[in-house]
Amino acid sequence: MKNWQSSPSLPSPEQQQGLIKWCRMNLFSSVVNTLLTLTGLLILWWLIPPFFQWAVVNSCWTGDSREVCDAAFAASGKTGACWVFIKVRLGMFMYGFYPEVERWRINFVLLVLALGLLPVLAYGIFSKNLRQAIFGVFGLLTVFYFFGIIPAIFTAAFFFLPFLLDFLSARLAWLAVSLDLWHTLIKLCLMLLVGALTFFLAVTFIGEGHGWASTLATVVLLLVLFFVRNVTVFAWRWILLFTIFPLFAFYMLVGNVFSLAHVETHYWGGFFLTLVVASSGMATALPIGILMALGRRSELPVIKVVCVVFIEIARSVPLVSVLFMASVMFPLFLPESVTFNKLLRALVGIAFFYAAYMAEVVRGGLQAIPKGQYEAAKALGWPYWRMMAVVILPQTLRLVIPGLAINFLSLLKDTTLVAVIGLLDLLGIAKASMADAEWLGFTKEAYVFAGIVFWVFCFAISRYSVRLEKKLHTSLH
Amino acid sequence: MTRNRNGDTGKTSILNDARFRGWISQAIIIIILTLLAGYGIYNVGVNLHKAGITTGFGFLSEPSGFDISQTLIEYSRTSTYARALVVGLLNTLLVSALGIVFSTILGFFLGVIRLSPNWLISRMATTFTEIIRNIPLLLQVLFWYLAILAPLPGPREALNLGDTVFLCNRGLLIPRLHFESGFVFVAASFAVGIVITIGLSWWNSRRQLVTGKRFPAKSIGLALLLVLSLIAFFLADCPVQIERPELKGFNFRGGMTVLPELIALLLALTLYAATFIGEFVRSGILAVDKGQREATQALGYRPFLAYRLIIIPQAMRLVTPPLISQYLTIIKNSSLAVVIGYPDLIHVFAGTALNQSGQSVEIISITIAIYLVISLLISLLMNWYNQKYALKGH
Repeated sequence: MKNWQSSPSLPSPEQQQGLIKWCRMNLFSSVVNTLLTLTGLLILWWLIPPFFQWAVVNSCWTGDSREVCDAAFAASGKTGACWVFIKVRLGMFMYGFYPEVERWRINFVLLVLALGLLPVLAYGIFSKNLRQAIFGVFGLLTVFYFFGIIPAIFTAAFFFLPFLLDFLSARLAWLAVSLDLWHTLIKLCLMLLVGALTFFLAVTFIGEGHGWASTLATVVLLLVLFFVRNVTVFAWRWILLFTIFPLFAFYMLVGNVFSLAHVETHYWGGFFLTLVVASSGMATALPIGILMALGRRSELPVIKVVCVVFIEIARSVPLVSVLFMASVMFPLFLPESVTFNKLLRALVGIAFFYAAYMAEVVRGGLQAIPKGQYEAAKALGWPYWRMMAVVILPQTLRLVIPGLAINFLSLLKDTTLVAVIGLLDLLGIAKASMADAEWLGFTKEAYVFAGIVFWVFCFAISRYSVRLEKKLHTSLH
Repeated sequence: MTRNRNGDTGKTSILNDARFRGWISQAIIIIILTLLAGYGIYNVGVNLHKAGITTGFGFLSEPSGFDISQTLIEYSRTSTYARALVVGLLNTLLVSALGIVFSTILGFFLGVIRLSPNWLISRMATTFTEIIRNIPLLLQVLFWYLAILAPLPGPREALNLGDTVFLCNRGLLIPRLHFESGFVFVAASFAVGIVITIGLSWWNSRRQLVTGKRFPAKSIGLALLLVLSLIAFFLADCPVQIERPELKGFNFRGGMTVLPELIALLLALTLYAATFIGEFVRSGILAVDKGQREATQALGYRPFLAYRLIIIPQAMRLVTPPLISQYLTIIKNSSLAVVIGYPDLIHVFAGTALNQSGQSVEIISITIAIYLVISLLISLLMNWYNQKYALKGH
């Protein structure tokens, strides 16, 4: 018998593998493609090297005054970017005119926000309570390291409260709503009592005039506790972010309580103001938007008409005109004795403007919920608000998260428009510091820097929303 | 008397009647809104009275007393506020229309090359899209205006393109065309050419339906159009004069100046909107059923014809609705003109005119009403399109 032997394999032709093949396939597959590739390379050649030269090779990074840059450029004979300008002005760009000794307050608030937001945004990673607790402990240690013991205690209370509330709401299930009149009355009385107590405590410890906000937050918390059963830790985190956190942030940033110095809002500015406007805009526009979406789908004609008219008007005008209206026309509608903070006016304008967009997104979600869900809730005899809060809205919001993220993205970009009515957000500060006689002519640096900051945030959010969409898509099907 | 299981009478309290509660809550809302509106209007009356401003739209016929840097119609200081309003509106429409045209072209180009098999080109388009659309539009407007156009050299060192087009810090100078009376003939023959072309293609499609024969109606019509216009042009002894901008002293004389504000705004609007339009086009093309593409290959269509006759028409059905709302967004975004001083509706009317006359309520209401009308027109267009072209039977 003849032994069969394979002949040794030939090396593959060089043009059929590796880099060369890839280039042939993807860049030079036809005449047109080759031309396109060459055009693309030409455009890159025009754009990248000059920018690189300007931003890196010829740029000036060290020093702390304009003279350093000028001297460096004069010595090399080439002009590039003077990043010293950004370095010197970084504090301004980030915090505006917020007093330097008080800036830790902003950092603290942002850190607490991050601690509160991360577990709900990266739910996949922090789905286990243990991981959340570990994350919380590390967060607390960070707060303790940077800010000291009292902020750490507060952060601990804020961060671990959801666990306690979860435990409580499971134990206090008998408190949750029933159709019994007496039950409801007792709960209402309890709520009033706790509200009054909070009010009293707040007035005693924080001071006159601040009691209402704390009372409102407490009552909202209690309402949730009373009317909904089995709220998860995850949901409690959201609720805290919408009730306790804004209050805390407000008192921390404005001050005038707890021996914190008073920082008026016209000192606020920079990227900090951008974040304040974007986050409070989102936090107020979303609830209003949900209510308006419900109103638009309501069977009551008056409510429906009011909501439709408002949404359609708000969606057809530019934000600039809304801001103009808020700054010029709004004060006219109030008695002369009431003066409105400029920032607050802008916030009100943005909140209602974006509420209309949110309403349309939420309405899309409401329409996508199968009719059977509504009918099932009605068959159980549930009242309207309970049906919405327990059955419909949780499903809706999960469906519309990508749409909300897109809206948040455009809100973040549109916060730059507050510069039109004289607020100094990141862009406003950049523009203002260009007018500084000491630093004339560094327009490009300022805008490139601001652009990079915005880009990083917006790109991160858009990537996050794409990821979330994919994840929810797979979990739905 | 009927009794239910719990032993109560079947009657329920009127408070538990959904209809009754509905009417009550609506009544409450109406009352609250009326009270709020009444209170607001009362305050407006008091505040305006104190400021010594008379309400009403009478101010529209008063002379405005301010200049506008770009006017498409006759306008001067002595013109009325109403005319200033029209000037501002026309400027808004001008920049929006140009932005819509350019961003549509660039957007379709971007959308198509993002799907190109050429790795480099599609990556470049993706990078461009991701960079531009994640940076606030206002920042881009300011960047083009303050960082790119403002540092350009003055008129004497202007960037010169063949002695006809100049770019300097005063703007872009392009030749102006003067049409003489003879141009009427050229326009008329052009119109005749268009009519003939339309007639030809109508006849062609009828004939193709009946006999299946094709006739190159479009190219012949186009050629006819050109030839007719050119003949008329030369017969009428070239009735167009070109006036080039020329440097006289410290500034240019003649020609037409495109304001740097307009250039910056247009650039920013176009690039920003084009990235969004590119996304719509890309997703529209991708959403066309794979079977359609395979069917064109099976039938032996060349790629270009397959795109033109099969893919694009189906993709357009998905692309058009977001495209139209993007057009509305462009019109709304053109209001960013106010930050760089391009005299658009907001800048001229809700800015300068408001500051001069103090009629804030009237002016803001008119501004909002105008945007509302534009938006309603566009929604009507969209509804018409959806009714005409939406996929039937789904």
